[in-house]
Amino acid sequence: MDVVTPARDLLTSRQMAAFVAHGFLRFDELVPPDMAAAALAELASGAGPAPWKEGEPQANNAGRPLAALWTDSPAIGPILRLPRVAGIIRSLLGPGALYDHHYAHVIAPHQAWSQPWHADAVLDPRPLAFDIQLMFFFHDTPREMGGTMILPGSHLRRVNELEISRLQNFRGQLPTVCPAGTLIAIHHGIWHCGQPNRTDRPRTMFKLRLGPAGRQVRCWDLADLGHPDVVRTLRHEHPFTGSQARLELVKRIKLWRYLTDDATFDVDYWLGRMTEKLV
Amino acid sequence: MRQQLLVLCLATPNPTSAVVAWSFFDGTGGTTTMAGDADQPPYDSVLAAMKDGWRVLQVPVVLAAAPGREHDTGPLPYEFVLEKLVDARGRS
Repeated sequence: MDVVTPARDLLTSRQMAAFVAHGFLRFDELVPPDMAAAALAELASGAGPAPWKEGEPQANNAGRPLAALWTDSPAIGPILRLPRVAGIIRSLLGPGALYDHHYAHVIAPHQAWSQPWHADAVLDPRPLAFDIQLMFFFHDTPREMGGTMILPGSHLRRVNELEISRLQNFRGQLPTVCPAGTLIAIHHGIWHCGQPNRTDRPRTMFKLRLGPAGRQVRCWDLADLGHPDVVRTLRHEHPFTGSQARLELVKRIKLWRYLTDDATFDVDYWLGRMTEKLV
Repeated sequence: MRQQLLVLCLATPNPTSAVVAWSFFDGTGGTTTMAGDADQPPYDSVLAAMKDGWRVLQVPVVLAAAPGREHDTGPLPYEFVLEKLVDARGRS
């Protein structure tokens, strides 16, 4: 049975627009310190469902409802069921989110190597529907510790895995520097890379990929749907996009139409003029 | 002699337009570079790099979008590759 999520725990339309425009949302100190510490201990123990790994028959949870997993977990399960975390998942994916895989990325102390830029998995042919990846930073992550670097606004560009790895730096690249308990929710297509850990402590980032069980339509708190900041946010130009910035806006309009189930939504008549003149 | 490669992606195919992404690969082994190691590009444009002695090896080819894929974007399209030939110690 699906539980109704109170509006206060759901994302707002302005936050959803930010996700559509930037490909991520950040929530500082969302996980209380005691739960964050318990999560690190649980990860260190190796408990919980096995992460996806080829050849391991026990890692067969892909496609199962998230609600069926981490039921006996002392920390990860309760964190995923925090009303705010559950509200973020529901807002972005709709009810009944499906588990894909998870992994605790532990970067050793004095790891000087940076992961090359990449998009996860393989090129995804879905035109509009998307998965999300939750990245939990359970301890403080200063710049010298990394953390994951993302390229805001890259999520709707179609690339396969490492084919962007020839490039090392982008205007607008954003390292994750955050306090303990921070959650970053990313679109599955966002370009990212793990950064070196120059401290004498290991860095842990718990990643959980989830997919939708149905259409991701109007699942957030719609009270501010008509707020002018929605369109203002969708118009944002990321500095790396250059003369393709308008194409990025067109793709965001299409995604917003899908999410709101409003085939007439437009920004600055970009899709309207084509639709009317093509018929 | 050794080759140094500079990859500059620009905002447009015009070599005077702004650098939006970049990489440097040093065939002398004197410099190690990696993802996320710089917030500012080494030059503002390809033309600025040429004025500093970099030779252009590759210019981007601009193609018309395939019908039905007019709005697709992917890897950055306006990529220039430049080189310098230096001695093993990195001197021009």
